[in-house]
Amino acid sequence: MSAGPPAPLLSVNDLHKTFATGAGRVKALRGVAFDLAAGETLALVGESGSGKTTAARLVLRLTAPDRGSVLFDGIDWLALSARELNRRRREVGVVFQDPATSLDPRLTIAEIVAEPLAIHGIGARSERRFLVAELVASVGLPTSAMARLPRSLSGGQRQRVAIARALATGPRLVVLDEPVSALDVSIRSQILNLLKSLQRGAPSRPAYLFIGHDLSVVRWIADRTAVMYLGRIVEEAPTAALFASPRHPYTALLLASRPREAPGPRSAPLAVPGDPPSPVAPPSGCPFHPRCASAQPVCAQEVPALVAGPAEGGRSVACHAPLGGG
Amino acid sequence: MSGDDAPLLSVRALTIAVPGPSGEEVAAVDGVSFDVESGEIVALVGESGCGKTLTSLALVDLVPPPVRVVSGDVFFAGRDVRMLPPREKERLRGGGIGLVFQEPAAALDPVRTIGWELTTVLERHRGMSRKAARIEAQRWLHRVALPDPERQMHAFPYQLSGGMRQRALLALALAGGPRLLVADEPTAALDVTVQAQVIELLLALRQELSLAVLLVTHDLGVVAEAADRVLVMYAGEIVESAPARELFAHPRHPYTRALLAARPGSEAPDSGRLAALRGAVPEPGRRPSGCAFEPRCDEAFGRCAAARPSLVPTGAGAEAACFLLDAKPGARVL
Repeated sequence: MSAGPPAPLLSVNDLHKTFATGAGRVKALRGVAFDLAAGETLALVGESGSGKTTAARLVLRLTAPDRGSVLFDGIDWLALSARELNRRRREVGVVFQDPATSLDPRLTIAEIVAEPLAIHGIGARSERRFLVAELVASVGLPTSAMARLPRSLSGGQRQRVAIARALATGPRLVVLDEPVSALDVSIRSQILNLLKSLQRGAPSRPAYLFIGHDLSVVRWIADRTAVMYLGRIVEEAPTAALFASPRHPYTALLLASRPREAPGPRSAPLAVPGDPPSPVAPPSGCPFHPRCASAQPVCAQEVPALVAGPAEGGRSVACHAPLGGG
Repeated sequence: MSGDDAPLLSVRALTIAVPGPSGEEVAAVDGVSFDVESGEIVALVGESGCGKTLTSLALVDLVPPPVRVVSGDVFFAGRDVRMLPPREKERLRGGGIGLVFQEPAAALDPVRTIGWELTTVLERHRGMSRKAARIEAQRWLHRVALPDPERQMHAFPYQLSGGMRQRALLALALAGGPRLLVADEPTAALDVTVQAQVIELLLALRQELSLAVLLVTHDLGVVAEAADRVLVMYAGEIVESAPARELFAHPRHPYTRALLAARPGSEAPDSGRLAALRGAVPEPGRRPSGCAFEPRCDEAFGRCAAARPSLVPTGAGAEAACFLLDAKPGARVL
């Protein structure tokens, strides 16, 4: 019992979630599993309807799955009573895409950052003022920002406030749901630098679950990347390996669809026809088979399992005919 | 201002004022001039608050009051757009100039189907019969890569996803047969594989119909993929204009260099940090009297705070507004 790798901080298993909508029952998650180690960054990427945001919401317990489990630090996160959950929520922070709508417009910046400290009874009242000032400084905001309201700050500054609030309670996991998607390129790099330095510098050395669709951002920030398609993870690998040699045809399509960094001739056409199919009526078998250039008869019949390849350095692929042979 | 060699679109010394912090008018767009030729894709780039969107609205005289065009001219196909009688202005919008703006939810009538909107445009601007218009409408939905066009003809905007609405709007803008498409962040709401399809569509239409496109965006990847020429805007002014390849290979203005360097993937290997621009775009009315970029510029020197540089040719079809270029001629052109 003593040897073996340490248990992951977060372990997600076989998550299923269906939503009833006007258009029918949307199967948002159809058996999602991943692990996240302490201090590590895992990115969930995919297009609209892939289920990446739903997976994050389940981890945050903003909604409950139909089936599956979430273990956080070895405890059954989904079985916690409301009271226990409230006690332990301080260990999980969250930053959403749009700080304009996720911050209470009536509270000052100091009040917004202090709120989680008060809720979780961290520090005496007098101490909290000091803690808040320290947090505000740690995200690169001037002390003068503390007395201001969110609307008087720029988008980038508001996102700094959201990060200070997420880190206030010393979380060991922070869910980052498209945290830089609404920001200009110059501000985006400031916030990405901040997130990385806080992960290294914060006493709690938080793990990040990063939800994103911008592959250049994901490549920069994530240790590992899981690609989602129609409610399933189709490939998961160390980020560098995934970008260097995608094994799932959908991963390859995503990478090939990225705009280039500079103008010049293209070796392959930019676009392939077809949209992600509706999550209301996902295709049979492999969800990607109708768009897949290397699809075989079996692909329409059987859902490929997400399996770890031998000598793949921690890569898993769900494909009957993965790319790159071997 | 007509004749065959005049550019399709010509903007001269355009100045747009917005209400300032204490009520007085301040310039948000300040003396902007540029041309777009037939069949050319020109990107207008810069951070939020640089005046890109106001500039594009002025092209069809749709700047919303109390914002107003103070001075300058916009010529389209040799005609002064601001001087057109109201009926001709209506015909220009959606006819000669197609428009795709952000917020597709707000731009579509919630009680009309996509098919109704499209057939109406085709009847109005292309003089088609109802029947012909319906066939043509479906063809456009297909071209913008909307899945199942026949069914989407009957869809209301709320039944479409954000990305599908964006493509329906693009079909609407193109169906009128414009010679110029003004597209403000046309791919911002789209997934990467769909974005790739939309970029390919614009490139194909340029080829087939000599469609000109003014692409307003802050996504330099889209620019690299689609644009022939790039205009970089900062604080209401064009600070650099260059052929796209030239701009990416040899950016002249420090602001352009900073934008390019801030992209993930451009950082020094193993530095672990992205190049970040400090500070933010100054608001209209709070702009420095010298070069507007001076407070954020790592290469600024004495003269930059004292006077405002104007655009000067820097070779290879490029122009930039920066004192570094005449302080050390050629020095920054790598």
